[in-house]
Amino acid sequence: MIIRFFHKMGSPRYFYNVAGKMIPWFMTSFLILLLAGLYYGLFDSPPDYQQKESVRIMYIHVPAAWMSMFIYVVMAVSGLISLVWRIKMTEIFVISSATVGASFTFLALATGSLWGKPMWGTWWVWDARLTSELILLFLYLGIIALHSAIEDKRVAARAVSILALVGVVNIPIIHYSVEWWNTLHQTASVTKFDKPSMDISMLIPLLLMALSFKLYYAAVVLMRARAELLERDRNTRWVVEMVEEQAK
Amino acid sequence: MSEFFAMGGYGAYIWPSYALAFIILVANIVAPMLQRKKTVTDIARKIRRARNAQT
Repeated sequence: MIIRFFHKMGSPRYFYNVAGKMIPWFMTSFLILLLAGLYYGLFDSPPDYQQKESVRIMYIHVPAAWMSMFIYVVMAVSGLISLVWRIKMTEIFVISSATVGASFTFLALATGSLWGKPMWGTWWVWDARLTSELILLFLYLGIIALHSAIEDKRVAARAVSILALVGVVNIPIIHYSVEWWNTLHQTASVTKFDKPSMDISMLIPLLLMALSFKLYYAAVVLMRARAELLERDRNTRWVVEMVEEQAK
Repeated sequence: MSEFFAMGGYGAYIWPSYALAFIILVANIVAPMLQRKKTVTDIARKIRRARNAQT
């Protein structure tokens, strides 16, 4: 049944309709979890014993940084599938993910800077974690630029997929940068094999925000994919039929 | 209330972080909506023009 679902999702018209129905559900659940996360993050969690109230930046910064890497991996896997099986829908997913991924990477860097100033006394240092995350932003921007530079969208998708796959080497570098090098950035508190070294009162808003960002990505990537698909298929019969139907 | 916004002196760093997150999240929702709408109107115009050329 699952295989049949994916097979059907390969059909542009079916994808367009089903995605359209899924988006409101993802959006609603995103908003519910976001509001819960904001409530716990801003009102119902204690200040940190060292960083005081500034720790509340974490509830944006850490989920954004996780998303920047998560989206990259999703994008690279879609790229691999596109290269091997030449599936149009996964090609669209690669470029649709890139813009959202770039946004989260920028957000992680900017909030990190706003957190770094009061805690480290500087907006920016060239330590391994910050530098590798900046490279991630350049990878995303490179993918977006490359895609818009190539006229033939099937060729563009192939080029972009290769770039996405090559860049995947940066993901473990970002994750382990705080262990491999002596960084100003602190080491992981949650994503490690040991139990998280964070109190439950801070872990709850952090995980709520992280989950809400995942749902947000699901909704937004589908919105982008629909817009992209419509643009690409503008001369096909299913699009013309649908627009005529709407115009009535 | 003002104590809440002051955030123990860190308000100047915390609120810009949340505001930026808000702007980025909203922009990523609005952008594909506008893109799709534009494409639909473009296609509709093309269809109308083709039909007018026929008659």
